[in-house]
Amino acid sequence: MDHPGDKDKLDRDFTELYRAHLRDVYSYAYYRIGNHHDAEDLTEQTFLQAYRHFERAQRESNGRPLRPWLIRIAHNLAANYYRDRSRKPQTPLEDADVLSTPHLTEKLVEGREEVQEVLAGVAKLPDDRREALIMRFALDMDNREIARALGRSEGATKVLIHRAIRQLEESLKETAANE
Amino acid sequence: MSEVDVERLLRSALVPIEPSGALTDRLEERLSELTSIAAEELADWELSSMRDPRNWGRPVAAVVIGGAAAGALVVVRVRQQQKKRESGGLRAVEKSVRGVASDVGKRLGR
Repeated sequence: MDHPGDKDKLDRDFTELYRAHLRDVYSYAYYRIGNHHDAEDLTEQTFLQAYRHFERAQRESNGRPLRPWLIRIAHNLAANYYRDRSRKPQTPLEDADVLSTPHLTEKLVEGREEVQEVLAGVAKLPDDRREALIMRFALDMDNREIARALGRSEGATKVLIHRAIRQLEESLKETAANE
Repeated sequence: MSEVDVERLLRSALVPIEPSGALTDRLEERLSELTSIAAEELADWELSSMRDPRNWGRPVAAVVIGGAAAGALVVVRVRQQQKKRESGGLRAVEKSVRGVASDVGKRLGR
């Protein structure tokens, strides 16, 4: 950075990135970890680390969107979180918050049960499959973005998502058969 | 249950989550602190680089350019300090840059 004008531009760009993707990072962290408290910590650490490396990331992005880079930071921090604390992801319990569309009462109860089952099924998936589904459905990322965030090829990412959905499908079928 | 059903269920379950206001406030405060520290480091770099006479013109010019948006008062101050620099040597130049950097920081709300 040569002078304060550069820094002002950088700060403005970072503010834009922060505003555009705070919800993405938080959603990723919440579904990855399973509780709001640690998801907040992870989100905070992600943006602090992103700020430190933002100049270089912007320089090397060649104009490509920086959301995959941001999510990759969260992904690495989440991996450290589990490694350092030997924790396993939790099934989100505060699922009332995630029901965003209005339902009739009986539909609501049924919907909550379905959501619980899906979230429990997602939590049981291997890390890479679970992450790919979070990125696809919670963050609405396309295959290219997910591939960049996970450091894989687009082809491998497509296969990963397909297998994740198939595994979840089998898991939900088993759950239904046991009820 | 088909793959399509699973995708529909995933869309219902994995909805985006809004972060709390407390997190937003805390995070924005931390980021503001970081940008302030970075601004101070930049000012320090400018001061240290000016110990080499070959760089004397550059940091002052950089501050003027970078701080242009901060308003005319800063530019006036730079001119005043530049006059002192011409007569006062390195110490006056350092003081000038420190003052200007401080003004820019204040005007940018840091």
